[in-house]
Amino acid sequence: MSATEMTPARFLRSVIAIFLKDWRSELRTRYAISALLMFVVTTIAIILFSLGSEGASADALAGMLWVVIFFGAMSGLSRTFVMEEERGTTLTLQLIAPASAVFFGKLLFNLVLVLGLNIVTVLLYAGFITGFVIRNVPVFLVTILLGSFGFAAAATVIAAIIARANTRGTLYPVLSFPIMLPLLLTVINATRLASEGAFFQEAAGEFQILISYIVVVVVISYMLFEYIWKD
Amino acid sequence: MAIKILLGVLLTGVVIAGFGFPMSAAPQTWYELPVIPGLEDKARIIFFHVPTAWLSVVAFITSMLYAIQYLRKREAIDDIKSSAAAGLGFMFCILATLTGAVWAKFNWGSYWNWDPRETSIFVLLLIYGAYFSLRSAVEVEEKRATLASVYSIIAAVTSPFFIFIMPRIMTGLHPGAKGDPEGAGPVIEFKMSPNMRVIFFTSLIAFTLLFYWMFTLRVRAARLEAHHHSGG
Repeated sequence: MSATEMTPARFLRSVIAIFLKDWRSELRTRYAISALLMFVVTTIAIILFSLGSEGASADALAGMLWVVIFFGAMSGLSRTFVMEEERGTTLTLQLIAPASAVFFGKLLFNLVLVLGLNIVTVLLYAGFITGFVIRNVPVFLVTILLGSFGFAAAATVIAAIIARANTRGTLYPVLSFPIMLPLLLTVINATRLASEGAFFQEAAGEFQILISYIVVVVVISYMLFEYIWKD
Repeated sequence: MAIKILLGVLLTGVVIAGFGFPMSAAPQTWYELPVIPGLEDKARIIFFHVPTAWLSVVAFITSMLYAIQYLRKREAIDDIKSSAAAGLGFMFCILATLTGAVWAKFNWGSYWNWDPRETSIFVLLLIYGAYFSLRSAVEVEEKRATLASVYSIIAAVTSPFFIFIMPRIMTGLHPGAKGDPEGAGPVIEFKMSPNMRVIFFTSLIAFTLLFYWMFTLRVRAARLEAHHHSGG
């Protein structure tokens, strides 16, 4: 057995090491966390101002939740790769870890960020926007959970692309939107079902679509990541 | 040269037949097209609109195949081909969207209804738009080629859901959608008389040849341009 061979245990260790590295550096600067948080607060405030005293239908509000989450995610999730380019640490990372370990480490980091973002967004949204009611909470929770996985998966690979393209912010939502549209339409539909109080079985089709979307995006990202990552 | 003549003959034939052949409720002669209730003369668009939509998908797949080829072999020509196919696909995609919207205005009463097929073509437009924004954002040629190839493959893997699956399983206004009294399925299945079929498939072949011809022209032009820039 050569020293460079990758056993599953070693692979997992390097994934976790990369995740922890990102997590610690994030806690030092709190750049992504504060960007995400402020973005969510700002957007919800704008929605409140524009709604004024008039309410909107539960359908519209269910969809609007994902507008907040989509643009919130777009404001912070590219950070993990852009940071490496800015600090000039990409080369070091290329040398010390296999590309796939870097990908899964970053994916894990983004997943934690998105989950946190979604929890905060949902709490604020439900707290401040009165017309927003969820009649079937389990369906809603599964939607948020699967939606977070899908967002993290698609956002991570697109973040890697834009970090290499040196374009930073503007291109991120442009490139992400077409890729995320199947996901967005499905989660919006599922949220609407949850808000109408539909049974779990009725939303099962949506969940199947979400799961297959996540699998497809993670597999294709894993296969292509090496081309993006290595020069 | 032969392809140009063949193309000219086929397309002229399709235009004359598609626009010129009369429609009648009970077709007697070979050139009379049957009237489809609810569509009437508006059915003629099928000879032009469907081939453009078909080409925007063919171009998309061509672009993806050359992108895979590029990532494997790293030869600049494959990237040139990939982007040339995408450029043509974008053009045909815009044509399909516009012709579809005009037809929808007369048949459904408004230009845009978010019918599943309209959603799919909109996604395709967005993907093409994003692809070219990405290309224009990267200056270094090899990096641009690699990133664009990767993006085109990711988009090709996530979008079949829209282009092929969703229009079939969702009920929609579009002829051939689920819930259409004439029967669901690809558009060609729905009550087309033999002579319409001949025109339709001739049109598909002619448009595909048109795509091939334009594609080779663009690749040649891009090659010359690359050669010129490298100072050769």
